[in-house]
Amino acid sequence: MIAIADSSAFAAGPRQPASAAPRRRRHAAVLPGFGTSAAITSLVVLSLVVFPLAVLVLRAASLGPAGFFEAAWTPRSRAAYAVSLSASVVAAVASSLLGLLVAWVLARIEFPGRRLLDALVDVPLALPTAVAGLVYSAIYVKKGWLGQWLVPLGIQGAYSYLGIVLVLVFVSLPFAIRVVQPVIESLDRDTEEAARILGASRTQTFLRVVLPAILPAVVTGFALSLARALGEYGSVVFISGNMPFKTEIAPVLIVARLEEFAYAEATAIAVVLLGMSIALLVVVNALQQRLARNAQ
Amino acid sequence: MSIHVREITKSFGSYRALDSVSLDVPDGTLLALLGPSGSGKTTLLRIIAGLEFPDEGLIEEDGEDITERHARQREVGFVFQHYALFRHMSVFENIAFGLRVRKTPNDEVRRRVEELLHLVRLEGLGGRKPSQLSGGQRQRVALARALAIRPKILLLDEPFGALDAKVRVELRQWLRRLHDEIGMTSVFVTHDQEEAFELADRVVVMNHGKIEQNGTPDDVFDHPATPFVMDFLGNVNVYHGRVENGRAFWHGIPIDYPEYPHAQAREARVYLRPHELELSPPTAVANRLGTSLPASVLRVSRAGAITRVACQPHGSDQELHVDIPTETARHLQINLEPGAHVAITPRRARVFIPGPEYVI
Amino acid sequence: MPAKPTTTASSTPLSVALVAAAVGVVGLLIVVPLASVFYEAFARGTKAWWEALAHDPDTRHAIWLSLTVAPVAVAINTVFGVAAAWLVARFRFPGRSLLISFFDVPFSVSPVVAGLALVLIFGRQGLLGPTLAWLDWKIIFSWPGLVLATTFVTLPLVVRELIPVMESIGPEEEMAAVSLGASGWQVFWHVTLPNIRWALLHGIVLANARAMGEFGAVYVVSGHIAGATDTMPLRVEKLFQEYRQPASMAVASVLAGLALITLVAKFVIERRLEAESRELEAARSLADSLDHNNVEGAVA
Repeated sequence: MIAIADSSAFAAGPRQPASAAPRRRRHAAVLPGFGTSAAITSLVVLSLVVFPLAVLVLRAASLGPAGFFEAAWTPRSRAAYAVSLSASVVAAVASSLLGLLVAWVLARIEFPGRRLLDALVDVPLALPTAVAGLVYSAIYVKKGWLGQWLVPLGIQGAYSYLGIVLVLVFVSLPFAIRVVQPVIESLDRDTEEAARILGASRTQTFLRVVLPAILPAVVTGFALSLARALGEYGSVVFISGNMPFKTEIAPVLIVARLEEFAYAEATAIAVVLLGMSIALLVVVNALQQRLARNAQ
Repeated sequence: MSIHVREITKSFGSYRALDSVSLDVPDGTLLALLGPSGSGKTTLLRIIAGLEFPDEGLIEEDGEDITERHARQREVGFVFQHYALFRHMSVFENIAFGLRVRKTPNDEVRRRVEELLHLVRLEGLGGRKPSQLSGGQRQRVALARALAIRPKILLLDEPFGALDAKVRVELRQWLRRLHDEIGMTSVFVTHDQEEAFELADRVVVMNHGKIEQNGTPDDVFDHPATPFVMDFLGNVNVYHGRVENGRAFWHGIPIDYPEYPHAQAREARVYLRPHELELSPPTAVANRLGTSLPASVLRVSRAGAITRVACQPHGSDQELHVDIPTETARHLQINLEPGAHVAITPRRARVFIPGPEYVI
Repeated sequence: MPAKPTTTASSTPLSVALVAAAVGVVGLLIVVPLASVFYEAFARGTKAWWEALAHDPDTRHAIWLSLTVAPVAVAINTVFGVAAAWLVARFRFPGRSLLISFFDVPFSVSPVVAGLALVLIFGRQGLLGPTLAWLDWKIIFSWPGLVLATTFVTLPLVVRELIPVMESIGPEEEMAAVSLGASGWQVFWHVTLPNIRWALLHGIVLANARAMGEFGAVYVVSGHIAGATDTMPLRVEKLFQEYRQPASMAVASVLAGLALITLVAKFVIERRLEAESRELEAARSLADSLDHNNVEGAVA
């Protein structure tokens, strides 16, 4: 017979003598500073973000649905929403397209001065909007650097709807570029080469291989540009002429109402604008998360 | 310093990492927590260190209850898997850190750090930053840093996991020598059984949050307490068999199994290690004695000093793997090639009876 | 941010056209306006420029106001940013995602709306109006209001820089410090801060630029009282309304100059950030190859 080593039934593990009573307890944190950081963070967020916006919304709500509607939906405010939305959308579209061009060039083409161009893209992020507005209006008036040629052609850059769009493109361009640029940089060149070898022309390759890959980023850039443009005030104030019903954007109307002490109307319009912004924020967040997931 | 762990339970959300785990670590032992990922070994180590807190259970150091104590007061030296060196400090400052937070005077700090640099054989590298060191050097800095505060126990989380094989082997031997020199109680986590066996005085095999077995390396390998342990350590062939009347039967070959003296036959599993099986020419005598199994060779491969033979026992569709020393294979009177007939004789086997209701 | 070109030829006609187009876009939209600020500001000579800035008491006050409001707002946001990033990056707790989304709100809300909200609380007819009147504290139409409004609009800038950095570095070094006996402040000062310093600086630089340039929220909150509550951007607008274009351009040129300094600082810091991460990567692969070759003679 063959000797065996040992054997046993399936064991759940060596049984230890039960000693001191085990007890349930709450977890302490291993890393320090939870209390302090939580206190500071909630203090600031509550008092500076939550509280003020809540007061705004509550104040508007206190008008009652009828009152709110009346205050938020006057002919002049309707015009203001229209100008704000339409100009922002047009600007966002322009930013997305121009941004795609610039992002492509920065990501794909080596040329002298590339780094400088890349750094310049950030200027609108650093430049105060008031300065941008001031300077845009100076350039596009009849005597301005560009206005002197454009106005005779009938292109009014200053004190016009076009001016609003121009300045909104200025402030939103970096957002469109910086979202798309890294995506283009990380594109897999091999798929494009494969397409070319299979006989696709450059246009076809771009439309069928590249564009679908970068489209999510372009859309996200569009949404970010739109969000940025919608809230813009400082630069538009200089260049639009602020003509009610024509070139008055919603934030300008809010300020006008405030200066008339028409708090109710100002609040109501502000809440409408806030609603649009928050809705856009949710959309942008969702898009950015999707983009991040695609990148993995 | 000795450690007693009593019925520690820890869950992360709905995932139970440790299930009522108890363990004694005697003073001066070098103990390995060995197991696959997800076995709970790292969680247990971190609970001992105070980097996690258990949901239930308690921990004692030298009889003192330290379960509630915060990590910084536990006087443990912890070496992280990826070293966690302070990247913006020099090697010197890294090692000195624990001393500096205790407001140790400067000359004492210098003395101690120099001592440790010498201990870990990194003299002269005190001015370097971690990014300028190799993986093995960083590991030694992490060790020196942990030892600087004169901890009562040293805990290492997969200390050599991130290193190349050659460095791993060297550092393993070096750590063993260090332990012999210093004699500090040490617990390390590994999934590499070779490492556990080479380094440790005791091996604790874990699986799914429970301890499967706790013993010396020999104990655990030669006398595995559960199928998991047997399967996890080394290679194994598993067969269905049956037990009755004090014997287990594998393909008709009887194996003594006094633990089951009952007449009623029962299903059992027979575990055979490839190197505990012998090959011999198929003779009618052996077959009639009923102590060996006729089989055909399927594949032969040489792995250095061991020759691996995959066989197909006649009458079974399950492959049987046999490892024999290459020297022995040469002296067999069989031509070991696919299709050759052999007889397989088990030198040793382990039997496990499934079923929770069965208790010895 | 400067990128590694995975790029190709720059000499094909298509490439040239694309580059020209891109340069044209950026030139027209960004460079021309930027250049014209400085041109217009100095068109009448440096002396006139200086006089516009230094000899007008209201303008002087505006400069001084900007230089006091912005740093305070940035300081508040730095403290907040560090605390919030620590909280969010190192701990898990119910409401964490909601909190993170709150950080983004100031980015998406129009500054005018923000200013209005503050007026509704702190203004004379606001929620706390009577209380503040009783305490004789002026917030709206006064310096504290400006600080609050500026802090609001710059809130996300530091914290959004720090969170990704802290998450990517991970808590291991801080845990190691704790296991070695360090207290909370010791961990933060010796371990966390050195690891986040460049990201922190980046956030501060951006926050400062935004703070100095803020217009809408400050406009609403300040009451626009020249000589008292006009910051530099507001001064630009006031001068513009008064048809004093050269003076307006002069102040604008200072702001534009600050913007350029911001960009340079940002560029330098970003290079440092990239260099650090590249160093780590290089060291990692070097370490692996060292282990291959070096027999580690020290391991006797």
